[in-house]
Amino acid sequence: MTTLERFRNFWPRDRVFDFLVPQTPPDLDLTHGVILYLEGITVSFGGFKAIDDLNLYIEDGELRCIIGPNGAGKSTLMDIITGKTRPDAGSAWFGQQINLLKMTEPEIARAGIGRKFQKPTVFENHTVQDNLELAMAGPKAVWPTLTARLNAAQRERIESVLETVGLQAQIHRRAGALSHGQKQWLEIGMLLMQNPKLLLVDEPVAGMTQQESERTAELLVSLAGPRSVVVVEHDMEFVRSIARKVTVLHQGRVLAEGSMDDVQHDPRVVEVYLGGEPCSTLKN
Amino acid sequence: MTIFTHLYKEDRAGGVLLGLLLAAGLLVPVLNLGLGEAHPLHLSTYTVTLLGKYLCYALLAMAVDMAWGYLGILTLGHGAFFALGGYAMGMYLMRQIGSRGVYGHPLLPDFMVFLNWKELPWFWHGFDGFIFALLMVMAVPGLLAFLFGWFAFRSRVTGVYLSIMTQALTYALMLAFFRNDLGFGGNNGLTDFKEILGFSLQADGTRAGLFAASAAALALGYLACRFITRSRLGKLCTAIRDQEDRARFIGYRVEAAKLWVFVFSAVLAGIAGALYVPQVGIINPTEFAPLASIEAVVWVAVGGRATLYGAVLGALIINYAKSYLTAAFPDAWLFGLGALFVLVTLFLPQGVAGLLQMVPFRKKGGTP
Ligand SMILES: Nc1ncnc2c1ncn2[C@@H]1O[C@H](COP(=O)(O)OP(=O)(O)O)[C@@H](O)[C@H]1O
Ligand SMILES: [Mg+2]
Repeated sequence: MTTLERFRNFWPRDRVFDFLVPQTPPDLDLTHGVILYLEGITVSFGGFKAIDDLNLYIEDGELRCIIGPNGAGKSTLMDIITGKTRPDAGSAWFGQQINLLKMTEPEIARAGIGRKFQKPTVFENHTVQDNLELAMAGPKAVWPTLTARLNAAQRERIESVLETVGLQAQIHRRAGALSHGQKQWLEIGMLLMQNPKLLLVDEPVAGMTQQESERTAELLVSLAGPRSVVVVEHDMEFVRSIARKVTVLHQGRVLAEGSMDDVQHDPRVVEVYLGGEPCSTLKN
Repeated sequence: MTIFTHLYKEDRAGGVLLGLLLAAGLLVPVLNLGLGEAHPLHLSTYTVTLLGKYLCYALLAMAVDMAWGYLGILTLGHGAFFALGGYAMGMYLMRQIGSRGVYGHPLLPDFMVFLNWKELPWFWHGFDGFIFALLMVMAVPGLLAFLFGWFAFRSRVTGVYLSIMTQALTYALMLAFFRNDLGFGGNNGLTDFKEILGFSLQADGTRAGLFAASAAALALGYLACRFITRSRLGKLCTAIRDQEDRARFIGYRVEAAKLWVFVFSAVLAGIAGALYVPQVGIINPTEFAPLASIEAVVWVAVGGRATLYGAVLGALIINYAKSYLTAAFPDAWLFGLGALFVLVTLFLPQGVAGLLQMVPFRKKGGTP
């Protein structure tokens, strides 16, 4: 071996600068059928424990509803999974290999976790198409973003997502001009453009009409399967219409978990969630 | 020509702007040099220089628009990048004086001889070369913007706090440049320039050439900004401006995008400063004054944010008004500027560009 070759082996030419090598997180490993592990998670805000030693497991392909009174810590839970808030203790794993607590928000997003905010959050000054284009999976560093051009396959992808969320007719409209419900769907569409394996959807039907809620329920049910979907919701009617498994959160802890029927008959749930009232509202 | 027709179809305002700049770049030198002084269409060299100065301000305004209009960073410190570009050019011009200074020192500029310095400080080396100076015109503001952005954006400082930091940046630099021992001529700054690239700065031809260069720089700057703002990166910039968190949660490293566009904007401001200095013949620390940076923001607000050509319009209108008003009503000028700013923010939130967009055109065009 010549010196040059030895030098090259020691320092491969394409790896001289580490930051030039695309950082790919380890592949999502679902060998145990569980996509998300949260164990012993604790978060406090100035002494107040918003999440308290919480354990939660989401299965691959599952549609899970998380319910709980206001301030139970549902949004905070999503903040932890997506890297916005760091827990004081506990561990969070995406599949078997990906440690969420070591990653930044964009890294987590690119690893395959999409998040819809509680308040509809879309780019109001951009068209529907541009919103989806920006969200599309692919290289998201500065230079590739500067030189990116939509190709035919990507246009098709945008159109198919628009079809999924039912916004084909709005493709060239400014997102700010959409109705509240349409914005929520657009945001879900933006998540889909990232090809996520786990969708976190925070209060999707707040402020929606009955009809819009029904469509959203259908949409979320249809999305589960190839990916896992976690929905946080207040609206019991809505939860009942989509959920197979429900987790009840209370004061930052999991209070009960099971089918809708199980949890609504759980005396502890009745106690805290309905303030001791008989569970007629839950049953209806 | 096809580029103009193409541009005109796609981006009417941009096409008009580039057409006007080309026309001015050719016509103004001709009217100045080609026509005798008695000719009614003759443009005096004073006017040519004044117009050239406006074009430099317009380029600075465009840089501010990139940061404020597109990225949402209300920068109150872009004057610092402008001044640093200006100082880099000033250092080149100082070195060109050679032994023709008052003290006739072969190497040291006058102010260094006056301060009894024996040798050239290390950071003055290389500035006798034009290419090196040009590189520094871009590198110094770019590097400062990089360092500033690196710390500010990573720690997620936004809004008013970020604006105050940019203001503090330019203020600190002003104080530093006022000091004699920093090595940039203290409060007198750099002046008494003789020539650039061997052409006398007093000559009409050089002045006309500098004007044409400013027009070309503004045109190229517009094309570069337009390329960025129309790319996906440009869409990302306005997305970050409007919903930073959303951009982050769809997988963008927001601080990286901000950083590079901010650096680009600072480089643009530096180039504007470098073209400004040989035309006005002096650069001193007052260019770092907080008020100078704030004025640049007012130009953009008046012209209209996030349109690029609005920034150019705003800079031209206000500076023309300033030249006129400071002569006519020297005391009232600042009040006039303040009143204009208030009126525009109240009644014309989109600036003059917004007003233009309300004018109905026959053909539906692509003006943004
Ligand atoms: N950044 C924060 N700082 C302080 N307290 C917070 C913060 N975020 C959430 N909290 C508190 O944590 C609790 C849980 O909030 P959240 O997760 O938003 O509840 P919800 O279940 O209604 O979504 C609330 O009491 C809220 O006031
Ligand atoms: Mg919430």
